[in-house]
Amino acid sequence: MTKIPASGNASPVLKQLIFQQIGFSVVTALAILTVLPIIAVLVYIIYLGAPAISWEFLTAMPQNGMRSGGIWPAIVGTFYLTLGTAIFSVPLGVASAIYLSEYAPENRLTRLIRLAIINLAGVPSVVYGLFGLGLFVIFLNFGTSILSASLTLSIMTLPVIISTTEEALRAVPQSFRVVSVSLGATKWQTIRRIVLPQSTAGILTGVVLGLERAAGETAPILFTGAAFFLPRLPNSPLDATMALPYHLFVISTQVPGMPIQIQYGTVLVLVAFVVLMNIIATILRSRARARRSW
Amino acid sequence: MTDKIIVENFSLTYSDGTESLFDVDIHIPGNKITALIGPAGGGKSTFLRIFNRLNDLADVREVRGNVLIDDVDILDPELDVIALRRKIGIVFSRPLPLPLTIYQNVSYGLEIAGERNKNKLNAGVEHALQMAELWEEVKGRLFDSAYSLSGGQQQRLCLARTLALEPEIILLDEPTSALDPVATAKIESSLSELKNQYTIIIAPHNTQQAGRIADYVAFFLQGRMIEFSSVENIFTRPVDERTQDYISGKFG
Repeated sequence: MTKIPASGNASPVLKQLIFQQIGFSVVTALAILTVLPIIAVLVYIIYLGAPAISWEFLTAMPQNGMRSGGIWPAIVGTFYLTLGTAIFSVPLGVASAIYLSEYAPENRLTRLIRLAIINLAGVPSVVYGLFGLGLFVIFLNFGTSILSASLTLSIMTLPVIISTTEEALRAVPQSFRVVSVSLGATKWQTIRRIVLPQSTAGILTGVVLGLERAAGETAPILFTGAAFFLPRLPNSPLDATMALPYHLFVISTQVPGMPIQIQYGTVLVLVAFVVLMNIIATILRSRARARRSW
Repeated sequence: MTDKIIVENFSLTYSDGTESLFDVDIHIPGNKITALIGPAGGGKSTFLRIFNRLNDLADVREVRGNVLIDDVDILDPELDVIALRRKIGIVFSRPLPLPLTIYQNVSYGLEIAGERNKNKLNAGVEHALQMAELWEEVKGRLFDSAYSLSGGQQQRLCLARTLALEPEIILLDEPTSALDPVATAKIESSLSELKNQYTIIIAPHNTQQAGRIADYVAFFLQGRMIEFSSVENIFTRPVDERTQDYISGKFG
């Protein structure tokens, strides 16, 4: 008859189990900790901002030195700026990514382009603002306008769109390309009919990530297109515009006696705008993914 | 008997030096099944991919020699490679349907070639699926994803996709290596039917398969073509000792 191992053997195992339990608890707690700040921020914003939200707040012009009335021109402005950024950065970014992923030979020039994109992503946003002021506002004479601001935001957004799109294109199995070519397709036919439809989900993610960042930025539009106070809607792309992030900066620091609800109401609208874009992207993405079969 | 394909002094080297070919000479007859046998890494896949210039996509360092199909030099840099690939279809070792519907997988090559007529497309798809002996199984669900098919059906779909272009030559790179015996038998019976109309070159996934379906056999060893002869000669009276040893299972 075999003897059950003495307790002296059991205790190291027990020790290991206890350590394992402690380890699990610590990492779980840390994981939960990362969720806390975002919840705290959201609750805080909703708590302070929700009372300000009304139909008038969303659709009226600012009044009384922005201390009352609504933020309609800032909402419209941010929409225009995001749209303008999309118009410039999406075609350019996706085309660049297609070039880099499908056509570019592995040589020094390609490595230089990649290096440039990585560095572009690391440039502080205020630098883009100054660059936009110099190039678009003054040199190209577009003035302080939606056009200048959109172009500036586009440059800032490009690296995000290029790198995520390139990743999405590379995720399409190489075998699909070989099969398509073996059936007599050209490279471009293969890209258009097989590679692009299969990478839509990833590309959309990149586009929205980039545009979200553009929608929330203040520094790049500070010198290039944002108006301090403009109680009318812009008439053309060459008009300046109010925009939510800059408006928020203005009413938080530049206007004395500002009711706190208006500040947090504006924050809430900006956050909702970004969350809305996220939701749209998620829906588009899951639809594209549902069609994917491999 | 006419030689459909003539390969003379053909050598190919990959940039990393793997699976190269050395001085291959072979005359492949038309409307027959020619099997390429030999141990893995001997250059069979590379050899197959010469004919539709699929090696162009790989990292090839150097190509020497002549490859003539119907007396046309297909290594000519000026050659219309797209037209060549329509004339020479390939089926790969794993079933690789495109991420499209069953119908679209078969019509893909035709549409790429510029066919817009719906009736012609429908007829082409049906004909190709029938030749690949798949039509009866899929006619009710042509617009389902190709990935809803079983592995064996997927591989017959890949064969149909190739046949839809009405090629002259069909290349098969171990087309049944991922299939069960029943699915394998179906593919083999299709091939035996097809050889009346097509020149077929196959790298079978084992030597027995070559014995079952081939008319001619080429034995490849470490990038060299050792022996080429009728299937009877190779299996009963091989000239080269290495062929003898491989056939009898001394190495492999």
